[in-house]
Amino acid sequence: MISSVSAPVSAAAGHQLLGQPAVHPTLLAVSNPGGLIQSVDWVAIAPPLIAALTALAVLLADLFLPERHKKLLGRLTAAGLALALLALLPLTGGHPRATFCAQNVTGATDNAGCSYVADHFALVFQLLALGGALIAALLSLHTVDEEKLPSGEFWFLLLSSATGAALLPASRDLATLVVALEVVSLPSFALVGLRRDGRGGEAALKFFLSSVTATAVMLLGVSFVYAATGSLHLSAIAEGLGQAPGQLKPLAEAGAALTLVGFAFKVAAVPFHFWVPDTYTGAPLPVAGYLSVVGKAAGFAGLALVTSIAFRPYGHTWGLLLAVLAAVTMTAGNVAALRQRSDTAQGAVRLLAWSSVAQAGYLLVPLAAAGYAGSAHPLGATVAYALIYGLVNLGAFGVAALVGRTAPDNRLDDYQGLFARRRWAALALAFFLLCLAGLPPGVVGLFGKVVVFRAAVDAGLGWLAVVMAVNVVIALFYYLQWTAKLFVAPTTEATSGESRVPVSLAATLSLTAVGAVVLSVAPQLVLQVVSGSLF
Amino acid sequence: MNAVLIALLALPLLGAALTLAPATAFGPDRATQEKRALRFGALVTGLVLVLTVALAAGFDRAHASRMQAVTDTAWIPAIGVRFHLGVDGISLPLVVLTALLTLLCAVYSTRRLPDGPGVPSARVFVGLLLLLEVGMLATFVVLDLLLFFLAFEIVLIPMYFLIARWGSGAKVASANRFILYTLLGSAVMLLGFLLVGLKAGTFDMTALAAAHGHGLSHTTQVLAALAIGLGLAVKAPAWPLHSWLPDAHTSAPTVGSVLLAGVLLKMGTYGLVRVLLPVVPDGTATLAPYLGALAAVGVVYGSLACLALARQGSKGDLKRLIAYSSVGHMGFVLLGIASLTPVGVNGALFANVAHGLITGLLFFLVGALKDRYGTADLDTLAGATGAALYGRAPRIGALLAFAAVASLGLPGLAGFWGEVLAMFGAFDPAAGLSRPAFVTYMVLAGLGTLLTAAYLLIVVRRVCMGDPKQPAVVEGIADLRPYEAVSWTPLAALTLVAGLWPALLLGLSDPAVKHLLGGG
Repeated sequence: MISSVSAPVSAAAGHQLLGQPAVHPTLLAVSNPGGLIQSVDWVAIAPPLIAALTALAVLLADLFLPERHKKLLGRLTAAGLALALLALLPLTGGHPRATFCAQNVTGATDNAGCSYVADHFALVFQLLALGGALIAALLSLHTVDEEKLPSGEFWFLLLSSATGAALLPASRDLATLVVALEVVSLPSFALVGLRRDGRGGEAALKFFLSSVTATAVMLLGVSFVYAATGSLHLSAIAEGLGQAPGQLKPLAEAGAALTLVGFAFKVAAVPFHFWVPDTYTGAPLPVAGYLSVVGKAAGFAGLALVTSIAFRPYGHTWGLLLAVLAAVTMTAGNVAALRQRSDTAQGAVRLLAWSSVAQAGYLLVPLAAAGYAGSAHPLGATVAYALIYGLVNLGAFGVAALVGRTAPDNRLDDYQGLFARRRWAALALAFFLLCLAGLPPGVVGLFGKVVVFRAAVDAGLGWLAVVMAVNVVIALFYYLQWTAKLFVAPTTEATSGESRVPVSLAATLSLTAVGAVVLSVAPQLVLQVVSGSLF
Repeated sequence: MNAVLIALLALPLLGAALTLAPATAFGPDRATQEKRALRFGALVTGLVLVLTVALAAGFDRAHASRMQAVTDTAWIPAIGVRFHLGVDGISLPLVVLTALLTLLCAVYSTRRLPDGPGVPSARVFVGLLLLLEVGMLATFVVLDLLLFFLAFEIVLIPMYFLIARWGSGAKVASANRFILYTLLGSAVMLLGFLLVGLKAGTFDMTALAAAHGHGLSHTTQVLAALAIGLGLAVKAPAWPLHSWLPDAHTSAPTVGSVLLAGVLLKMGTYGLVRVLLPVVPDGTATLAPYLGALAAVGVVYGSLACLALARQGSKGDLKRLIAYSSVGHMGFVLLGIASLTPVGVNGALFANVAHGLITGLLFFLVGALKDRYGTADLDTLAGATGAALYGRAPRIGALLAFAAVASLGLPGLAGFWGEVLAMFGAFDPAAGLSRPAFVTYMVLAGLGTLLTAAYLLIVVRRVCMGDPKQPAVVEGIADLRPYEAVSWTPLAALTLVAGLWPALLLGLSDPAVKHLLGGG
């Protein structure tokens, strides 16, 4: 955290205390000693903090636990994440809590100078990050065992990454933002590479290189922005950009553009998306699900914060940029997903990877609309859509993990007739896919798309809405083909003899499926973020 | 809150959910399971029909323009979606028609469900049929634009699987074409809905209809009417957006064809009347001449296509022929709507219901022929002189001839009134519309009726008449079976009733139409 406290030094303060030699004189040079000591709002930072502490606990416990008890680490991780989720509850009421503030005025409603703000935006994204991590952790419980992954490292990395993802949406200055983003990314590289085969190594390397490039570009942009505006705090940057002297304008604009490019890498927007399919197929499946939801959510949270707070004065410019990016991203992702053949190895994961690229395009639409509308209001659509997408996408990865147990190749053809073999898994996958496609009975997916369309139409981005409509139709084709495969009647009856499903996997799948069904009946639960104020 | 409409939607939904129960819940062995599942489907759809009859009986005919049996509660306040249901004189006949056709299909399926390798179990079929019914009924009773969109989408997945799994021929390709075409249309329609809803501040259809376009600029209205109209025209279907229809019909199983033609097409024209006319009247008036032109072309095109298919040696498929005839008949409906007059719109609504009855019957009959002969190819059926159904299966032959003359618009049968009124509407279109243009459309539509008569009579001659002694594809085909009689008689009877007593329907729709057009 950055705490750029610059309390004025007053010589007069020292004289009053001269008669007390026990006190060191340098401390007395400060007029207001309390101003230096930041009062940290522990409740506000509890969610990321609990995740971080659990990570350390797991790392330590790994040293002392005998091999046969290593299973406990996974449970500890899940418990820690659940606790972190519970820590969100006290923050929901009342006005946003903030901490690590530069001008530490207690009780002030304006959180402009604070580095950590737990407002609605932050809370919803923390819910997504921690909840997504929890589901991914539950999905991983058996994977760690079966694939012989080093369990202490795996759980520590997962928790560290989740900590970063929980910290990021609450951070309100560029330095914290970049640090948080790196805390998300760095453990992810290792997570992807943990499966020590050729594919995992390649996946991790690709992921690492593209991500590091993005960070480098982003840091360059951040330094330009700092040079031009003299601040790292997002709201101060917004003011600084408005008042920047003429000769610094190009610098500020270049800085803003480079920062956005960095984030575009992180959310895997076209043309920075090439790492996605290889990374997802190389990673253990729950990790791929984690990356597609939590990793992406972190990127979107950062992008939303930077664009709608810091670069607000340039709204129309980045609005157009993001709109074009959204259109290209969804089209490229969908077309690539459409071209997936049903008999290629890892076809299912590749399809999910490309579809997640396309979904990133939909998620960008309200961000672009926010640029056009000049307010943060449309962001609610991105938040709602991200929540819905996160739930159903993790569910789909969960079923893919289930199928992957008996069919390691995970081709799309391996899903043929799944309904006859594993009735509930097939029904769940069909529901998740239809939610992703946005077609009833996946009602919640449909309304997710509706709010995104609504944001676009409201901001006057009619062309983008039409592009998205066409894309939704393209996407339906491959989702539906996959869904239809599940229900093909088996040609042979000899389908018994399937291995038992691990309890943790079954429980996670039912959790996500029930969640998706409940949200389909009562979409208000998730869509309420559209109408409320975020910041 | 009114329980009837909620029960109307909840009942089939619950039934569909119950079909997900493990197979053993339906019986010990596969044959019993299948039989019980199909009976279960017939039972649920029967209960739904009873509910709709109760709804119709309790309907206050004196106030047919008022929404009745209304339920209005908040569902998703965040985006202003209300769970708003109700029926008036426009939707009531369609609700009853939907429930009736679904029941008849369920009854028909208890004996005649396509079976074979690769065909899923009957439980799945019943589940899909019930889900389809939820979507169809919901389309006609919801009064919120976004709910309407939702209902519109609900029917897609069940119909897709009905065609792709229980169909014949290039069924998967046809099903894909059906769903992608319709989804593209409805996605564009959603954009129109959102435009209207965001500009007007509400998605409530009754509120929007009451405002009658107030507060919406002309540009907004034209844009919204274009987007909504495009989506509905795909569904209706209007020429030239109809190309998904013949394939879907040719591949679909009999019940799929019946519901597709009998109900799904109506969702498009119902939407035009319910949404387009009252909500964006200025935009509709701007686009009406174009819609009228497409309708007139559709009438002529549909009947010419049928004539080509009915010719000897053209390898015409009977199901395909009836599908094209639907394009022609829906052209009349669209023409009536485009005239923007109470007469025309009433005619359109009447033709809507009549087409549902008559074409439903025709598809049942052709499906039965296909079952018996193994093909619906007209040339194969007819042979050199004709299939001679009058001689071989006189009851089926008579019913086919009855349905054909009803379809060509013989006075005294249901097909007549709708088309005549639609043409009347076009003869004297609403103020502000170009009369010469509409009179031209009317003349074209009149030409269409002649062509329609021509091809239907050719079909009757080639299928019903002929020499019974010439060798046939399949000898000794069965005449009308009991379950067929049960599922077809209501349609034939209603065709006759609607033809002899048109006031039954017109009395319901007329006040509601006047209300929607802003005249009463």
